Amino acid sequence: MVSTSENKNYKVIGTRPIRHDGYDKVTGRAQYGADIKLPGMLIGAVLRSPYAHAKIKSIDTSEAEKMDGVFAVMTSKDLPRLGDVVRGNSEESGSEKHLSENVMAFDKVLYKGHVVAGVAAKDQNTAFEAVKKIKVDYEVLKPVINVDQAMAKDAPILHEDYTGDHLGKKVKNSNVAAHARHEVGDIDDGFKKSDLVVEKEVDMQTVHQGYIEPHSGTAVWDEEDRVKVWTSTQGSFSVRDSVSKVLDLDVSRVKVTPMEIGGGFGGKIPIYLEPIAAVLSKKTRRPVKAMMSRTDVFDATGPGPGGKVKVKIGIDSEGKILAAYADIRLEAGAYPEAFIEAAAKCVFSCYDVPSMKIDAYDVLVNKPSSAPYRAPASPQVAFATETVVDEICEIKGYDPIDFRLMNVAEKGTRTALGPKYRTIGLKECLEAAKNSNHWKSTLDSNPSPGKKRGRGIASGYWFNIGFKSSVNLSLNPDGKVALTEGSTDIGGSRASIAMQAAEVLGIAAEDVRPSVVDTDSIGITDVTGGSRTTYATGYAAYNAAHKLIEEIIEKAAIKWDISEDQIEYSDGIVKSKTDSELKMTLKEIADDPPGGPIVSSASVDLEEAGGGFAVHIADLEIDEETGKTDVINYTAIQDVGKAIHPSYVEGQMQGGAAQGIGWALNEEYFMNEDGVMLNSSYLDYRMPIALDLPMIDTIMVEVPSEEHPYGVRGVGEPPIVPPVPAIGNAINDALGLRLLSTPMKPSRITEALKRKK
Amino acid sequence: MIKIFLPYKIRETLGVPTEIEADGSNLRNLIDHIEDAYPGVKEYLVDEGKLKPGMSAVIDGKTTRLGLIHKLDNVSEIHFLPSIAGGSE
Amino acid sequence: MAENKVKKVAVNTKINGEEMDILVDPYVSLLETLREVVGITGTKEGCNDGNCGACTVNLDGRIVDSCLVLGVEVEGKNIETVEGMATPDGLHPLQQAFLEEAALQCGICTPGFLVSAKALLDNEPDPSEERIRHWLAGNLCRCTGYDKIVKAVSKASKESK
Repeated sequence: MVSTSENKNYKVIGTRPIRHDGYDKVTGRAQYGADIKLPGMLIGAVLRSPYAHAKIKSIDTSEAEKMDGVFAVMTSKDLPRLGDVVRGNSEESGSEKHLSENVMAFDKVLYKGHVVAGVAAKDQNTAFEAVKKIKVDYEVLKPVINVDQAMAKDAPILHEDYTGDHLGKKVKNSNVAAHARHEVGDIDDGFKKSDLVVEKEVDMQTVHQGYIEPHSGTAVWDEEDRVKVWTSTQGSFSVRDSVSKVLDLDVSRVKVTPMEIGGGFGGKIPIYLEPIAAVLSKKTRRPVKAMMSRTDVFDATGPGPGGKVKVKIGIDSEGKILAAYADIRLEAGAYPEAFIEAAAKCVFSCYDVPSMKIDAYDVLVNKPSSAPYRAPASPQVAFATETVVDEICEIKGYDPIDFRLMNVAEKGTRTALGPKYRTIGLKECLEAAKNSNHWKSTLDSNPSPGKKRGRGIASGYWFNIGFKSSVNLSLNPDGKVALTEGSTDIGGSRASIAMQAAEVLGIAAEDVRPSVVDTDSIGITDVTGGSRTTYATGYAAYNAAHKLIEEIIEKAAIKWDISEDQIEYSDGIVKSKTDSELKMTLKEIADDPPGGPIVSSASVDLEEAGGGFAVHIADLEIDEETGKTDVINYTAIQDVGKAIHPSYVEGQMQGGAAQGIGWALNEEYFMNEDGVMLNSSYLDYRMPIALDLPMIDTIMVEVPSEEHPYGVRGVGEPPIVPPVPAIGNAINDALGLRLLSTPMKPSRITEALKRKK
Repeated sequence: MIKIFLPYKIRETLGVPTEIEADGSNLRNLIDHIEDAYPGVKEYLVDEGKLKPGMSAVIDGKTTRLGLIHKLDNVSEIHFLPSIAGGSE
Repeated sequence: MAENKVKKVAVNTKINGEEMDILVDPYVSLLETLREVVGITGTKEGCNDGNCGACTVNLDGRIVDSCLVLGVEVEGKNIETVEGMATPDGLHPLQQAFLEEAALQCGICTPGFLVSAKALLDNEPDPSEERIRHWLAGNLCRCTGYDKIVKAVSKASKESK
């Protein structure tokens, strides 16, 4: 570990306790979304469109309704028709109308797998049989399945009623939902003065987050018009908001209980089945649970946007970047929001560039509505920028780390969107990369016959959001602390949040027991996403723990009849500053404290945590005959601010790298021209398995964030950004080939080798 | 005076220069002063007495979470930007 | 529909050492049987087509994807699931190693990995890294990149010796 902070004497932070929810998760006791069973529960199933683009002319549900064991059938007629209201300034944008239409199609289906009707039946088999009896009359339309098709003249239009925003102009009948631009300095002048200009365009295929747990939704709609929802989600409060909007209910009528969540990576922020289960429950007055199959998950949820990104960079004769231009076209899927502002923020984030211009297009296509996927849109743009930078280094003979250091973004650097960076740690990451054993090692460039080896490096960025979190603490009579929070725990955040409270209180991590509770039992807490959880909910825990100490001191003052300023607290002991006889442990003060139990609560609404940067080094061995690529060494370096629980920080770095490697080498939505995904199973989508990967070495760099008392930065997202370009650059190093499309699969490599000959 | 940078589309639509200057004790006040100099800007920034949904204000590198009531002491620059959708673990 | 009514089949089987008689629809998988009929939900569904390994169970000493086995096929057989790994005396060394090595993030794939890894260590007490990766190739994890899982299995093998 590389640390720029003086090593404070933390007792809990930086240690590796066993996570509080671990025992339930290694014994099979933990209850995930599909594990819930309620008395009298019915099973819901949905009918999905076989077409990627079609008008719904009519739906006949009569045969399904007549079936034995079928309790209710629903269509979008059972949902309120919502207006085109833009939602609040939260992490999800888009309109209520689109939110609702994505749950169930009203007039048009916009992707294969779009839900058109739902059924509640006594069991899954009956529900599936009933769904097959629903007859839908479609008028099939031609789909557009990539940005080129969608932006072509005379392209079929997804939303005839939608008004796009093209640089402030209102535009109808376009698949471009938005065209945004950012400008800093004068790029024309910058390129004119450049000694070398390199331009590349990359083509990224649509990918899926690939979480192992499929979506589900369980609901009860009671006689008082209150809806209880149980679901696996990254944000119980965002589910509450979305469900209440789709059902046109006040938020207080909806209570969401988050189940354990089997992976999300951004894909478990949107809602899908929850409102359908709720309406089916309203019709039957029984609990209804609906679950997706793996194919449903691929066809109708997720994906991370595909698209095309063109980047042009000019440097002077000394190697200093003078100008940078990006043209970013990303697939929103069926409804607007392809994270183009995030793309713009990330595309040149690693460099200090005096002039930049970015054009970004949010493009509607007949694919499922894009969901965030771990640093949404940052890997797509990093592939272009980091490839161009690598090419510049190759042409000019620069060392790729030295070139990056010469142009490095640091505190005070103006970003492409305009604001200047606060304290960031990219430079420290690049230096750590340069000093790493991996970078210093020489790659054996003569492996077994027929194989070539190459090394690639790339950097990447994610900005870490802040937002709202709430935490409650309660001191139990045994001196231990119960912590309740609203952040669903995808990867060890119960531990990283509880550890921050434990650090403040000076007690062991195990003595703070965290529970993730429902939306009626804790203050509003935004999604587990945007790398915000350990930062923001951890900050709330930090504040709540300080308030708990104030409470402890107040009660001790009453008990001892001395003033509060004569009392101090540390490491689980409250004591008088002057009288050494006056001293209590937490257990003693918690035993019948005067004026009631000792509790505290805190909430925060935070700004960004300060960006997180990652630098990855990849060594590959490529079989020239088959094009098969093996990753043989891999090192992930990242500024993590301050690692609260280092094991889970390493885990984020390794997991992000693995997803990025899959994206680079294997993963894609392989679609036919009708907009049907042909590889919608794990067998054919082919995410990395244990055998595909080497050990992923991690180097945690700690440049504390200015915005958090312990210096926490988000760590979940930066590690998925560098892998795609690092692998592309390594392929070029091995074979002298610039592959500009993902996935860089065996057939692409062998074809490119053939063309080269 | 505080340096103000408006989003490209507002500048383009209303003919506002890349960089303008304004003062204000808080963000609400500052936007009123911008509106005096460049009529029409406020409509893009404020809605129902709040910072418009989808719009954020970055005050010396930090995105305000307080919105229009954010006090402006010793501030050198403010960027109004489209707010950004977030991702996740 | 009444005319298509399929009769349930009585099955006698042993699950985690407990002999039981259950009634199963003949078209229902062992996975669904465990979760819906027996009522133990530690065995997870990730894909229902034999590609993710989240539903791995041990059937008479052999690991199988329980979504690819019918409930009616387990007559007279011995099934071990994740629920059978810990004893009243404590966790299995693999479970302990998974906790200590932080070999799980979301935890949905963990039961499948544990059941698979146990079958490996039952037969090969000291597998190499490569052998562990081969053995676990049928279990998908999307969170960890496998690094810490491989290390945990290796650690458990050394500690149980």
